[in-house]
Amino acid sequence: MELDDLYQQIILDHNKRRVGYGLQPGGFPSHQYNPTCGDELTLTVRLSEDGSTIAAFEWEGKGCSISQASASLMASEATGMSIIEFESFANGFRDAMRSRGTISLSEDEYGDLAALSGVSKFVARVKCAMLAWVAAEDSLILTRESLN
Amino acid sequence: MSPFTPEQSAAIRAEFPELSETVSGHPLVYLDTAATSLRPRVSVDLEAEFALRHTAAVYRGAHSLAAEATEAYDDARASIAAFVGARPHQLVFTSNATESINLIALAMRLASAVGSPARFTLAAGDEIVVSEAEHHANLIPWQELARQTGAVIRVAPITDGGELTADAVKSVLTSRTRVVAVTAVSNVLGIVNPVRAIADLGRATGALVVVDACQSAAHGRLDVETYGADFVVFSAHKMYGPTGIGALWGTSDVLAEMPVVLTGGSMITRVDYDSSDYLPAPAKFEPGTPRLTQAIGWAETLRYVDSVGVDAIAEHEEALGKELFAGVAAIPNVRIVGTAEGVRRVGLVSFAVEGVHPHDVGQYLDSRGIAARVGHHCAQPLHKRLGIDSSTRFSLGMYSTVDDVALAVAALSDVRKYFGED
Repeated sequence: MELDDLYQQIILDHNKRRVGYGLQPGGFPSHQYNPTCGDELTLTVRLSEDGSTIAAFEWEGKGCSISQASASLMASEATGMSIIEFESFANGFRDAMRSRGTISLSEDEYGDLAALSGVSKFVARVKCAMLAWVAAEDSLILTRESLN
Repeated sequence: MSPFTPEQSAAIRAEFPELSETVSGHPLVYLDTAATSLRPRVSVDLEAEFALRHTAAVYRGAHSLAAEATEAYDDARASIAAFVGARPHQLVFTSNATESINLIALAMRLASAVGSPARFTLAAGDEIVVSEAEHHANLIPWQELARQTGAVIRVAPITDGGELTADAVKSVLTSRTRVVAVTAVSNVLGIVNPVRAIADLGRATGALVVVDACQSAAHGRLDVETYGADFVVFSAHKMYGPTGIGALWGTSDVLAEMPVVLTGGSMITRVDYDSSDYLPAPAKFEPGTPRLTQAIGWAETLRYVDSVGVDAIAEHEEALGKELFAGVAAIPNVRIVGTAEGVRRVGLVSFAVEGVHPHDVGQYLDSRGIAARVGHHCAQPLHKRLGIDSSTRFSLGMYSTVDDVALAVAALSDVRKYFGED
């Protein structure tokens, strides 16, 4: 396992760029906490007016470069997706992260997020990569419950 | 200066097979002894040999194997007790120091429910004193006890440099103080606390004094009596021994008075359907089949530690610790926590690297073969007090060398550049 497999330049860049950083009031934020390292992240999914697509991911948090980059990359790659698209996108991401290096994210489908493929070889870091995604799924559930 | 010659150091290292492992293509530099120390071969070999040839029921059965196992188990307790300056009946085996503290807290909860014995009871408004520098294991059992009894936690402050003074403890003692629970050495700060003075103050107010000695046992001479406490707890796996076993030491008086918590076989004299009588300590706190092989392995570990010399180990770790502290302190944009001056330290240093999260620091160090601890080290409140969420920690053992320190400092110096911070 090479360190550069984990820390690709895209990840180091997004750790600093943090696309989507900054929470606005309102909506249905989900707060996620990783007790093993103390990392925290709060994320709100904003839907389009008709409720069918994701208009924005807003998030704030503190954590390692993997957790921060994963949130930033999700915001840059998944904004504009329909909710159904995003759910399958997130499932595919989770499967890859949990694959212990056997599933790579395709660049065609996942764009710059493919840079996170290496994380799956570092079992201790999978939770870091998943933090923002768990928050997004949770925020979507909270949003939907409010519509019912 | 370390008291070990290069030859002695090489001989010590040869006793710890994990040190010949490679990590990420580099020879392992193990700097996580404060979490779990490596084990000497002689202890593991003896434990395995014992398990293969002498496993049998302790304290029961008339056959030869059972008698041999019983004798070996009693001998193990006696030699572990001797290592820490205790008498065998004062040393209760537990799973680890965490369980030891829980046993005390649970005994107090049970006593409080029935109103006796008085020394172990708490009433609403009574106070439990801990320091700001406690490990979760010496905080959460007391929180639960407080929640159940209506008692209140009072926290003795540390200085910004991480020092806990006896005066700081004194400032939170009142006539309602019933427990004073402090660590001898914080697992984050590495500063040696003035335990004797704190214990004297605590006992003068009539409180039970509990000392967490996890970070000092086997890294310096632990003579439990000299703390002047009622209870001292420690874990084998931080003393080069096996996991799964630790100890609760108590004065003879306090153990005699302390109510039983866990019950069952091995701890009784007479048993009827409606009531039973219990053996004296330590047996009354050790129901069920004992930790036989662990006790054998722990005792053998301590014989090895004695053969190296516990004072020499302490001197070695302290001298090397100073080099480590100075090396880390000299790196720009790395902030050590616990920088108080004029205090004694063990070979342990925790720090924050500006702009780089500890997980990333640890991952980078691992790629250079260096095993460090990252996170909150089971001390979240302390990290908050220090103004950070988490940190990275290097800790030394008897097998650590100047090369280990040099490699760790060199790798740490490159961390910020790797993450684009320099």
